[in-house]
Amino acid sequence: MSVSPQDVEKVALLARLTISESDLPEVTERFARVLGLVDELNTIDTQDVVPMSNPHDMEQRLRPDAVTRSNEREALMASAPSQEQGYFLVPKVID
Amino acid sequence: MTDSTLLHASVCHLRQLLQDRAVSSEELTQACLKQINVANEALNAVITVCPEQALDSARAADSKLAKGESKSLTGIPLLHKDIFCTRGVRTTCGSRMLEHFVPAYDATVVSKMKAEGVVMLGKCNMDEFAMGSSNETSFFGTVKNPWDLSCVPGGSSGGSAAALATGMAPLVTGTDTGGSIRQPASLCGVTGLKPTYGRVSRLGIIAFASSLDQAGPMARTAEDCALALTAMAGMDDGDSTSANLPVPDFHGALNPNLQGLRIGLPREYFNDDLNADVRARVMAALSELEKAGASLIDIDLPHSHYAIATYYVIAPAEASANLARYDGVRFGYRCEQPSDLEDLYLRSRSEGFGEEVQRRILVGTYALSAGFYDAYFNKAQQVRRVITEDFRRAFEQVDVIAGPSAPGVAFPFGAKQQDPIAMYMEDIYTLAVNLAGLPGLSTPAGLINGMPVGLQLIGKPFDEQTILNAAHRLQMDTDWHSARPNLETIAS
Repeated sequence: MSVSPQDVEKVALLARLTISESDLPEVTERFARVLGLVDELNTIDTQDVVPMSNPHDMEQRLRPDAVTRSNEREALMASAPSQEQGYFLVPKVID
Repeated sequence: MTDSTLLHASVCHLRQLLQDRAVSSEELTQACLKQINVANEALNAVITVCPEQALDSARAADSKLAKGESKSLTGIPLLHKDIFCTRGVRTTCGSRMLEHFVPAYDATVVSKMKAEGVVMLGKCNMDEFAMGSSNETSFFGTVKNPWDLSCVPGGSSGGSAAALATGMAPLVTGTDTGGSIRQPASLCGVTGLKPTYGRVSRLGIIAFASSLDQAGPMARTAEDCALALTAMAGMDDGDSTSANLPVPDFHGALNPNLQGLRIGLPREYFNDDLNADVRARVMAALSELEKAGASLIDIDLPHSHYAIATYYVIAPAEASANLARYDGVRFGYRCEQPSDLEDLYLRSRSEGFGEEVQRRILVGTYALSAGFYDAYFNKAQQVRRVITEDFRRAFEQVDVIAGPSAPGVAFPFGAKQQDPIAMYMEDIYTLAVNLAGLPGLSTPAGLINGMPVGLQLIGKPFDEQTILNAAHRLQMDTDWHSARPNLETIAS
């Protein structure tokens, strides 16, 4: 499947990544090579094969919804790049 | 006891010395810290060293040893791959994104090993977010292969492998999503074990591809790996994919008697594409196992060829979902002066992630996007089942499957960096094992022109014991695992 620089820009936006104009041709070329590699999957017949999302087909194990750890708000907030009064700070969203 | 003897002793031997009070954990820890100091400048294997914390734990271990209260790894120094969250100790995952990240909790592997008495010396360098086979994608610089400083150590657990091979620690941890324990173990001449998916909790391991990631030990012997696996493994309420199975005493159960063991040799691994020198070393190792009573049987894994294509859809797809959390808001890197929220997301991610990580996010996002999901992601999950079925059928005939760990020895820096596909081929013999969730280990099988090669042994689900037994027997009958790089060239 051929991929255009515009396709790559569209996927980049979905992934919230920016690609500079100067890098775009090379990123597109390498991206296309990886897709070329995985296109090989089309040469195998998998009709009626159930997709496998977990190697042992394990059932999802659930546990009771109980509090098991104390609140560590301050310790966790300490990792935030910008915060104030227990809130994460981001640029203004609504005028 | 000279430092050199201490630095190259196995964990099992050191455990005995500590028990006998022939050496203290403090002395041993000092010797390792000194070795990190001497060798790390040349190797760049360790990102963060915690000397004070290590010496405090060593003294605490010594007092436990004196009181006879020791556990399985009391007083043994260890380095963790920098993918394991360590409370209060910076955890970078080899990325600018997490350059200053200090976790508020320990990974389950870290807390379990702490409970068994290990002394954590620091954190090892790695490919960024574990995406790479050469350690060249680390934001913190490449790790050098101690056998030849102009070559890569393998990856992504390349820092761990290089540190272990040079005596910085007798025991290190790694993670393996597509070969990241086994391939660097092969390239650095150490033993590395990727356990069955679900054997070891993933809680607190920075996620790459959640249905493939698994943590495991790297050590100088299979015996040491057996000991460490028991310390790391077990059901964890914090990881719903950890298996609810008892954890055997892998070390206590080691059995070198291989009489009747059936080892399968996949025709697809031993075909004309296999490098002749690698084939010769792998066959030499297998004939040792044959002499010890095992029988070698040709088998087929007919869909092996599809493992790379399958992996390079599933792993990037899962990675793109996992790495969506790095938004520059809650933790991790944030760009300077964002003009608005969208700009903050876009630049924080593009500046915080390296090239290979961004490529995999792009591929994964594409494979999951509307219109392509069925053709890529769903298709890859179907082929994953076909590949897994190949293994299941093969294990009806044999107990262990053997092959090379990597297609060759360590290669020079830059040799494969410009071509992502060439780099992906490094894991051609290891990827399928992750897709099928099986245990696999790499054990040294001798040298080619002075560079190490590994034999890979693959086991049935949750049967780490059998591959550990075979590797242990090989290490009793040969001394390939004792070969060491020349450390004088590194220190000078």
